[in-house]
Amino acid sequence: MSVREASPTPGPASPARPYVPRSVSTRFLRSELMLIFGRRRNWAGMAALAAVPIIIAVVTKIWPPGGGGGGGPDFFNQITNNGLFVSLAALTVELPLFLPLAVSAIAGDSVAGEANTGTLRYLLTVPVDRTRLLAVKYLGVLTFAFAAVALVAVTGTIVGLLLFGGGDVLLLSGRLVGFVEGLGRVLGVVLYLGVCLSALGAIGVFVSTLTEQPIGATIAIMVLTVLSFILDQIAQLDWLHPYLLTHHWMDYGEFLRDPVDLGALGPGLLSAAAYTGIFLTAAWARFAGKDVSS
Amino acid sequence: MAETTPRPGGDREPVPARDASVATYGLTKRFGHQVAVDSVELRVPRGAVYGFLGPNGSGKTTTIRMLLGLIMPTAGRHDLLGKPFREHAGAVLPRVGALVEGPAFHPYLSGRANLRRLDAADRTADPRTAAARIDTALERVGLTSAAAKRYRAYSLGMRQRLAIAAALLTPRELLILDEPTNGLDPQGTREVRALVSGLAADGATVMLSTHLLSEVEQICTHVGVMHQGKLVAQGSLAQLRARAVPRVRVETERPEAAAETLTALGVTDVTTGAGEAGGLLGDLAPEKIVAALVHDDVPVRGFGVVAPDLEELFVELTGEGFDVSA
Repeated sequence: MSVREASPTPGPASPARPYVPRSVSTRFLRSELMLIFGRRRNWAGMAALAAVPIIIAVVTKIWPPGGGGGGGPDFFNQITNNGLFVSLAALTVELPLFLPLAVSAIAGDSVAGEANTGTLRYLLTVPVDRTRLLAVKYLGVLTFAFAAVALVAVTGTIVGLLLFGGGDVLLLSGRLVGFVEGLGRVLGVVLYLGVCLSALGAIGVFVSTLTEQPIGATIAIMVLTVLSFILDQIAQLDWLHPYLLTHHWMDYGEFLRDPVDLGALGPGLLSAAAYTGIFLTAAWARFAGKDVSS
Repeated sequence: MAETTPRPGGDREPVPARDASVATYGLTKRFGHQVAVDSVELRVPRGAVYGFLGPNGSGKTTTIRMLLGLIMPTAGRHDLLGKPFREHAGAVLPRVGALVEGPAFHPYLSGRANLRRLDAADRTADPRTAAARIDTALERVGLTSAAAKRYRAYSLGMRQRLAIAAALLTPRELLILDEPTNGLDPQGTREVRALVSGLAADGATVMLSTHLLSEVEQICTHVGVMHQGKLVAQGSLAQLRARAVPRVRVETERPEAAAETLTALGVTDVTTGAGEAGGLLGDLAPEKIVAALVHDDVPVRGFGVVAPDLEELFVELTGEGFDVSA
């Protein structure tokens, strides 16, 4: 434990920097992804996300549904016919709480977490341009949103195929399609939900610039999500419904009709793009000139 | 008494702004109605070790945050390394190493992983040399053996060292260090001071904030004193010492008579106490005063010229004591 008084490198007197920075470098983004996906807390969250399809599959295997019940989600009754439906059933039950919660935790932590540990001031003096910091933070959240949905779908598919096997897929419209096409449709669902949750992530990054308390930010984002679900249930507010963040999330069922009407997915994608654009702009406006005193 | 010539106003060394590594122009920060930093005109000469001294809450950290662009000034502007900061922050900051208000790292990452993250964030840092530079920085602060430990398990001294290592990841022309020896034991304090002196010897300019007078006296060439948001004194250490105005002190049974003589000689700020009288020496030769006292039949038991030391000077400037224990 001794400080070396004179060290040959790096000498502060040699300002020469032969390294010419590339205009686009993914180094910081990769570091951000390592931070998100290397953190034990996030592993625990992802384990919880992955546990749901496993629970669904095992329970269905032990106690198969009676059939013709009609009350539960359609996907659950299909599981015994085709394991692929485990992933769809799991996504359906995780969409109202678990998936938004996971994205809220990551998004809430994005800026507020760095402010809370004080690392934000050191990133900014590195220096990291504030716009670049927000961009990297959002790309991290976006990657996590897609990864979370994919994790549920992949786990569900694997467990489902192991316990129930694959085969042709019966669509909601009653037509049978091949297994590979069925997989493609599940992929479509994953991408669509990834876009929806990325919009939530944009709101989250904005909320995260408002506070130094990551937990507070996460709760606030979750409150907004649940509020959106609640408002969407109140019939008197039907004029408001199309503008709610979560209103179009359930539109992913479109991927299980025949043929897939991409036009029906338009409003959901447009809504997600609008939310993303508005809240990333707001986050930038808030953060670009903000005093960082944490 | 080596430095007894008073130089009123000699604290403002006119360092030309282009030769300054840090120059501020009317830098001001208001939080609501409270003025945290008030029209500060810093001049940190290139190559100096500049002690930024002041009691806690005097505006040092707020000033440093403005210098690094973390908070925006309410008024005024500043140059770093000769470039206007607002326009050239992205080009200038990579040449500046900083320690702001204590160390801060991700607790669940190791020391090395934390440095790797900061280096990854630096667009100007060469990724090919990252591992070597990180190892060198860790070695310089003596953290090599603890590099793989989680930051959570570090002692305060190790955390402080890691923060200094982060400031040394790439070659720096200017180091802005906020209380760099805070939390270090005496041995660690000595090592960090040696490190700072070594960096300065290599040609870097160092600006370090501190509330420790001893730190300034040991390693600084220049000093700026903050008090209640204002820069109340600035200059080289020698200049500041010269500013300390010496006083005469006469021990006598008749302080009133001594005071009369002193006043008659033109001594200002004359005071009397139990068995003594005193005043500001001014341009008078001390032996003349003694002669005058004897001539006036004042019984002199003792006579002295007392120049206040730096500590007394700073107490006078700031009206507050400094922690001189470390």
